[in-house]
Amino acid sequence: MTHEVLNRRVFLKTAGSLMVTFALLPDRVSVAADTPAASKSVATDAVEGFIQIHPDNSVTIYSGKVDLGTGVRTAITQIAAEELDIPLAQVTIVQGDTLTTPDQGLTWGSLSIQVGGMQIRQACATARAALISRAASKFSAPAQAIKTHEGRCWHEGASTSYAELIEAEGLVLKVDPKAPTKAPADYQVVGKSVARLDIPAKVTGQFEYMHDFRLPGMVHARVVRPTGVHAELLSVDDQAARKVPGFVATVREGNFLAVVARTEWGAIQASAAIKPVWSAWQGLPEQNRLWDYVRNTAISKSEDLQNAGDPATVLQQSAKKLRATYDFAIHTHGSLGPSCAVAEWKDGMVTCWTASQQVHLLRKQMAQMMKVPESQVRCIYIAGSGCYGRNGHEDAAADAVLIAKVVNQPVRVQWMRADEHGWDPKGPPFLLDFRGALDDQGHIAAWESQAYIPKRPAQASVTLLAADLALMPHEVAHPGNVHQGLAIPYQVPNLKTTAHYLSHTPFRASWIRAPGRMQNTFGSESFMDELAHAASADPMEFRLRHLIDPRGRECLERVAQLAHWQPRTGKAADSGDVVRGRGVSYIKYELVRTYVAVVADVEVNRRTGKIRVTHFYIAHDCGQIINPDGLKNQLEGNIIQTVSRTLLEEIKFNRSQVTTLDWVSYPILTFPEVPQVTMDLIDRPTEKPWGAGEPAASVVPSAIANGVYDALGVRLRSVPFTPHKVLEAMRTRT
Amino acid sequence: MSHSYTLKVNGQSHTVQVDDPKMPLLYALRNDLHLRGPHFGCGLGQCGACTVHVDGHPVRSCSVSVAKVAGQSITTLEGLGSPEHLHPIQQAFIDEQAAQCGYCINGMIMQTKALLDKNKHPSEQDIRQALALNLCRCGTHVRIIRAVQRAAAALV
Repeated sequence: MTHEVLNRRVFLKTAGSLMVTFALLPDRVSVAADTPAASKSVATDAVEGFIQIHPDNSVTIYSGKVDLGTGVRTAITQIAAEELDIPLAQVTIVQGDTLTTPDQGLTWGSLSIQVGGMQIRQACATARAALISRAASKFSAPAQAIKTHEGRCWHEGASTSYAELIEAEGLVLKVDPKAPTKAPADYQVVGKSVARLDIPAKVTGQFEYMHDFRLPGMVHARVVRPTGVHAELLSVDDQAARKVPGFVATVREGNFLAVVARTEWGAIQASAAIKPVWSAWQGLPEQNRLWDYVRNTAISKSEDLQNAGDPATVLQQSAKKLRATYDFAIHTHGSLGPSCAVAEWKDGMVTCWTASQQVHLLRKQMAQMMKVPESQVRCIYIAGSGCYGRNGHEDAAADAVLIAKVVNQPVRVQWMRADEHGWDPKGPPFLLDFRGALDDQGHIAAWESQAYIPKRPAQASVTLLAADLALMPHEVAHPGNVHQGLAIPYQVPNLKTTAHYLSHTPFRASWIRAPGRMQNTFGSESFMDELAHAASADPMEFRLRHLIDPRGRECLERVAQLAHWQPRTGKAADSGDVVRGRGVSYIKYELVRTYVAVVADVEVNRRTGKIRVTHFYIAHDCGQIINPDGLKNQLEGNIIQTVSRTLLEEIKFNRSQVTTLDWVSYPILTFPEVPQVTMDLIDRPTEKPWGAGEPAASVVPSAIANGVYDALGVRLRSVPFTPHKVLEAMRTRT
Repeated sequence: MSHSYTLKVNGQSHTVQVDDPKMPLLYALRNDLHLRGPHFGCGLGQCGACTVHVDGHPVRSCSVSVAKVAGQSITTLEGLGSPEHLHPIQQAFIDEQAAQCGYCINGMIMQTKALLDKNKHPSEQDIRQALALNLCRCGTHVRIIRAVQRAAAALV
């Protein structure tokens, strides 16, 4: 151990010219030492994987989870500062660098605080305990007599800085899962609405986004996309492209085509001037028969997520029963800024600067694609435009790595808007069937649901587009894990919820905020509403009738209070064109964490079919709240973005490709249509913190559908709720 | 053939050499002047992320050529204020914590500046209409509305 520590200390003091290897330490990396942290541990069970205390007593936290615009950087800084007892201003965060940050998994699934933040909290708690122990030795005092404050250990008026305490021995120790964490009652920073660290730079044009990153000698590329999803590149005429000033190269690998120019505008002009000939691929289903297509797709596996009693028999024998089918359209992420990346090959090693939410997985996929060892690929996160799941960032990164290899220069790739809307991986189509029966007392006697959804692979990922187009090595990947939300949180004696995993889905599928949870909950919570109305029950009370979980009940009761909910059992009484209603929805996320209950106020114009969501009320229990204002910001975002998805969004396509390639053909919610959002944050400081990036989104479509039913007496079972669908539902009075 | 233009940006004159007079202003601002305020969002004038002011009027810099605005007075987000000397609108956006990813915020602030230049006391409806053609994907709208209200109050 001493040897290792010495090596590291010597290295850190002389960093700049050394090539360092730690043969004995498999979790260490060896690289050309051009970064100060070139030899640090990236192990998730090592304190120094996460924490470095510097001689000036400042601290760097290495986080595998990245801030996608959610405020996680600030929240994790709070967690670390709190647990280390060090001023917030002395803590900086390095995020998502495969060379220096531990692999904490993808930044997904509302797990950044719940998992990533808690790993860092435990590492900090371990460090603090070690520092206290060393201070106890130094002061010849018992550990209990040592207090930590402002980056120093104190004993009876005397103090020593953390930096002094690690000077001799470093901080090389394993994370102790049992190291005591601070009592929530003692929190100074956690639980406070600390201002976001990134916002001042973002409002003044100082923030460095991925799109701002530049390397000396860098050239610009644009990828030229096929005219069909799987069209083959038959030939290329680049004569006109070559005449564009600053033209550097045409890159063609299989069906991957790109142009490179000295300037960005040159690359854009060259991409417009090049004349590829593509095969006439027409393998997409007809859009107006999409749901037949999904229903008729081969099922590769079926899985019962819940199975109790005998719903089939009860449904057969019951007098009062319902059935309904729901569908949810294909969505694009629609990140406001396009995907962008820079890559450079140097001495056999490739470095890629990327806005990827999954740098460690990206490194694996890139290594496979380029046939190099993972150790020769480094991915470094730089924040991009917000992404809400795995969008095109990783694909742009693969584009850049491939093109940079061919032209042997640093390359910057930025997608155009049509690339983003057309070629980011999509939120797949969801089709859901429900059957339910009521008993004489107005309780649910039987519930059966079946979801037709994409596969659930062992290792979830999304294929890199460049690897696919360029016919380079890659695993045919599936995102999976989109069955969540189908299993219901209610007490039902005869219950079966079944996921049918389909062998195929029309577009490269991905996760978009609350993936599956949103779509499945749209079905489950709409059907819950249908049963409530069939039972002539108030939909709020009907949910409580079937709910035991006290935290879930409290959430519903508090949203009812917040929204001044009055029992709603009758149909709309409004006259005139515009009718109003309100709907409720509830989730216990994945049945194991964050509770959310919402009420949506809606207006429907009976003449035009247009829906306006005027107000959302939300009660939210994610356990311990790290940063209340940050949480509110996330909840507002969840609601507003999902109102947009629910009312407006649907990609359109012909038999070859996506045709909604801009914001006019794929509109999103704008300021005049944005609802008010009123929140009740249920803080439980002594509980574990759970995620908040997704759960609130998952209840939005059902709450709106239920509000529309309340207003209009018609049931919307197909997202998005376009005026056409509203008028059609009114006409057929389903 | 290279063309030379003088761009007056944030009170300073810069000479830029471009291959194509039709190149949109945005590329000169970002790649030649290394400004980070205006962002490429769509290149189609649909989202507003690239908004700058030209002679005091909001313009989508992705959709106006360098040649067209040469010699005119261009203001970017950086020209409004810096972290050390914040413009009241920037201060209001910080006070309301009105950003998530922040990619659209350049356009929101520049469009707000244009609104408040004309209308000192905008109603919430005025604000919503003024920003109707600026897109935000994160769903920060309600905070942005509050920030504009706060900025309006501060500027009176």
